[in-house]
Amino acid sequence: MSEKINILIIDDEQVVINSISKIAISEGYSVDSVLNVVSALQKISSTEFDLIICDIMLSEMDGFQFLAELESKQIDTPVIMTTGYSTIENAVKSLYTGAIEFIPKPFTVDEITSVIRRGMKYSSMMKLKKSDDDSIILVPCPAKYFRLGYSSWMNKDLDGSVLIGATDIFIKTLDQIKKIELLNTNEVLTQATPGIKFETEDGLTHQLYSVISGVIIASNDRLLEEPELLEKDPYFDGWIYRIIPTELEYEMKLLIPCSSDRS
Amino acid sequence: MILTRKIFGKISLKLIGVVSATAILIIGVYSYFNIKSRSDVLLSEMKRHANQLSESVKNSTHNLMLLNQRDLIQEVVIRIGKDPTIDNVRILNKDGEIIYSAHKDDIGKMLDKKAESCYVCHAENKPLEKLPISDRFRIFQAHPDSSSILGIINPIYNEKSCSDAECHAHSPNAKVLGVLDVKMSLADVEEQIRQDKIRELLFALIAISSIGFIIIFFVKRWVDYPVRELVNATDQVAAGNLNYVIKNLSTDELGTLGKSFNNMTKKLDETSQQLYQSTKMASLGQLAAGVAHEINNPLTGVLTYSSFLLKRTKDNPQMQEDLNVIVRETMRSREIVKGLLDFARQSTPKKSSINVNDIINHAIAVVNNQLKLNKVNLVKEFDSSIPKITADANQIQQVFLNLFVNGVDAMEQNGGTLTVRTSQISLSPKGMTQIKNAVCGKTHNLIDTEHKIGGMASLRLKIKLNGNEGFIHLDPVYGSHRHYFGITHDKNSSINLTCPTCDISLIDKNSKCSKCGGPIYKIQIPNQGFLEGCALFKDDWQKWEFVDRAGEKKFVEINVTDTGCGIPPENINKIFEPFFTTKGQRGTGLGLSVIWGIIDNHNGSITVESKVGIGTTFSIRLPQNDFVRSV
Repeated sequence: MSEKINILIIDDEQVVINSISKIAISEGYSVDSVLNVVSALQKISSTEFDLIICDIMLSEMDGFQFLAELESKQIDTPVIMTTGYSTIENAVKSLYTGAIEFIPKPFTVDEITSVIRRGMKYSSMMKLKKSDDDSIILVPCPAKYFRLGYSSWMNKDLDGSVLIGATDIFIKTLDQIKKIELLNTNEVLTQATPGIKFETEDGLTHQLYSVISGVIIASNDRLLEEPELLEKDPYFDGWIYRIIPTELEYEMKLLIPCSSDRS
Repeated sequence: MILTRKIFGKISLKLIGVVSATAILIIGVYSYFNIKSRSDVLLSEMKRHANQLSESVKNSTHNLMLLNQRDLIQEVVIRIGKDPTIDNVRILNKDGEIIYSAHKDDIGKMLDKKAESCYVCHAENKPLEKLPISDRFRIFQAHPDSSSILGIINPIYNEKSCSDAECHAHSPNAKVLGVLDVKMSLADVEEQIRQDKIRELLFALIAISSIGFIIIFFVKRWVDYPVRELVNATDQVAAGNLNYVIKNLSTDELGTLGKSFNNMTKKLDETSQQLYQSTKMASLGQLAAGVAHEINNPLTGVLTYSSFLLKRTKDNPQMQEDLNVIVRETMRSREIVKGLLDFARQSTPKKSSINVNDIINHAIAVVNNQLKLNKVNLVKEFDSSIPKITADANQIQQVFLNLFVNGVDAMEQNGGTLTVRTSQISLSPKGMTQIKNAVCGKTHNLIDTEHKIGGMASLRLKIKLNGNEGFIHLDPVYGSHRHYFGITHDKNSSINLTCPTCDISLIDKNSKCSKCGGPIYKIQIPNQGFLEGCALFKDDWQKWEFVDRAGEKKFVEINVTDTGCGIPPENINKIFEPFFTTKGQRGTGLGLSVIWGIIDNHNGSITVESKVGIGTTFSIRLPQNDFVRSV
C-alpha cells in the first residue's frame, strides 16, 4: 500500500474512462482506471484509493459483485456506481448494497463533478472519523429513521405522512449552500430520482435523491430563507418535504434503518 | 361429378329440392283426386240423366207397345235419337234382333250375345233375369279414336198387360221381353274433363313453380346468404384476418351464430394481440435495455467532452453557441433513451394495497387544468364500494394519466366528455387460476418447469397403467384439461398415480369421482388446500376447494371513455405497439405500450373499443385478489 491515487475508474468502455478521467484530472485529482472487476481488485490490493467509480454492467463480474467483494474483504473505500442501464432498480440496489452515489450515464461535466466532489469529501470525512479525529462530528440519524444510501432520510409520522430530509453527512459533503430549489406541493417524488437541488458556493449543483416515492403535501419553506438550518438540525427543523407515500411498504425494504448505524 | 356434388351439396338446393318435391307430390295427388272426383260426378250425373232418359223412352213407348203401334214407336225412337247428346236408341227383342232403332239401317240386325249391349246379362249360359241399376251402364268406344259412349240397357220385363194385349205378341211365361238400349255420347263430358285436367295441370304447375320460387328466394335470403357470409368469415379468420366482422346480422339462429362468431373473432383477436404483445414486449424490452445501455456509453463521451469544451471555451461565443447545440441535443438523446428504458423496464411492480378510485382522483388532479383548457367535461361514475387491490400505485396512476391525456388529445379543440367509470366484476376461477405449487405427501415438488403446457410449468406425475410406467403432465390451469400423457392411456384401465420422486401414491382411496365413480387423485397445493380430479381422466371432473371457495375471481374494471375522434379499425390493433403514434412529432408512440406493459405486469388486461367520430373506450381489468398468482 505504498502508492496513493485519488480515484479508480472501473468501466469496460474506454471513452467513459477517458471522459471521467479528463474531468477528474481537471479537478486536480489523480486517476487510475481498469476495464474489469478482477483487475480492479488486484489494483486495490496494491494501491490505496480515496474513491472508486464503478460501472454496473461489466463482463464476468458486475458492479454489484464488486461491491459484495469489497464488503467481504472489508475494504471501505467509497464507491460511486454508474451505468448506462440507468433504471430506478439499479439506483436503489446500488445504494442499498453499499455504494454512496449512483449516477446514470450519460452525465454532464457538472453532474459528474459534483458527484466526485461529494464522494471525495465523504471519503475524507470517513477517514477522519475512522482515525477518531475530533475535528469532525457526524450527527447520526435518529434510530427510528430510514435512509437511502447515506444521503437522504425518511421518518414516518403517526398520521401516515412521511417527513423526508438530507442526512448530516450529505450536507457536510457540500460546500456552503447558496440556494435550495424545492419542488411544489402536489408534485410527485420517485424513489432514487432527484428531488431537491442544492446550489453551492463553489458553483456546483447537487441533486439529492428522494428517499421514497410519494406526493408532496408540504415543503419546508424556512430552508429557502435559512439553508443553514439543514446543517444545524438536519433531522428535525431541517426537514425538507412532507409527503404522502405511495409505495411505502415496498420501498422501505430497500432503505437502511438508521438503527443499524449504532452497532 | 364434383360440380354435381357442389350443386347438390348445397344446403339451400337440398332444401329447395325437398320442398319442391313435397309440393309436387302434394299438389299432384290433390289434382289427381280432384279430377277423378270431378269426372266421377260428371259421369254419375250423365248416368242419372241417361237412366232417366231410358225410363222416359220406356214409359212413353209403353202404351204404344200395348197397342202394338210399331210405326209410332219407331217414330218416337227416331225423334229421341235426334238429340245431339244421344248417340242411338234401340229396342231389342229377346233374341237380340233390333226391332226399333234411331238409326233405321240397324233395324232387323241380330246382335250377338257377346255384343257389348248384351254381355252384362249374357256373360253366363243362363241369362240374368234381373239387372240391378248400377250394372246397366257401360262405357265404350266405337272406334279407338272416337269419343266414348255411355250405354244404358233397360230390360223390358213382362207384365200382365203385355201378355193380355190384343196383339198377343208375348207369352205370359216370358220374364224379359226385350231390352231398351240407349247410347249417349260422352264427347261433351270428356271435353269438359279434358279442360278440367288442363286447368288443374296449369294450376299445379303455377303452384309448384311459385312455391319453388318463394322457397328459393327465402332460402337464398335466410340460409344461403348468411351461410355464405359465415363461410367467407371463417375463411378470412383462417387466413389470419381477425378484424373481419359479419355485417347485416339477422335475428334468427344463423344471426345468433354470426353474432357468436363475431364475438369469438373479437375475443380471439384480443387474446392473440395480448399474446403477441407479451412476447414482443419481452423481446423488445431486452432489446431496448441493450440498446439503451450501449448508446449511453458513447453518449457519455459526447456529453462530457462537449460540456467540457463548453467550459473551456468561455471566451469564444461562436464556439459556445455550437457546443451548446451539441450539449442540448445530447441531453435530448439522453431523455429519449431514458424513455426507452422506462418503457423497457421489466421491473416487478411495487405493489401495495390501493384504492383505484383514489388513484384515479390523483391522476385527475394532475390533468385537471388540461381538461379545463380543452373544454373537456369530466364525468366520474365511481363505484365507491370497490375493494382495494394490490397494485403499484405509481404505475397505475401513470396508466390513467396517459389514458386521460390521450382522451383529451383525441377530442382536440372542440372539447367533449371524458367519462371514468369503476366497477367490480366477477369471472369464474376455472380456467383462470394457475397452479404454481404442488407437492406429494412427502412434500416433493411436482412442478415441472421443463415441460410446459400453455406456456406454464406443468405438474409431473408418475403413472402406472396395466404394468406400464410413464409420466403424465397435468395442465397447470385449474379446470383446463390439456394434459400430456407420456404413455398410451386407456380410459378404462386400472391406474395408479404416484410422486415421481418418492413413488408415494397420489390416489385418494376415500373418495370417488363424482362424475364417473372412478378413483381420484389428490395433490397438495401448499397453503392452498388440495387439488382433486378424476384419475381415470374419463371426464373432466376437477375440484380445488380452496379456489372454489374463494368464489369467482373478482376484478376491478375501469372504463375510460372519450368522445373524441376515435381510432380507425386499421389502427386499432397497432395502438399498443411500441412506437406507434398518430401524434407525429408530439408523441413517442410509447404511451399505450407502456400502459399495456404495466397492466400486463399486474396480471390484468386492457381492451379498447372505438368508433370513428364517436369516441373510444379503454377497459382495464385488474385482479382484485391476487392470492393464487402471488404465492
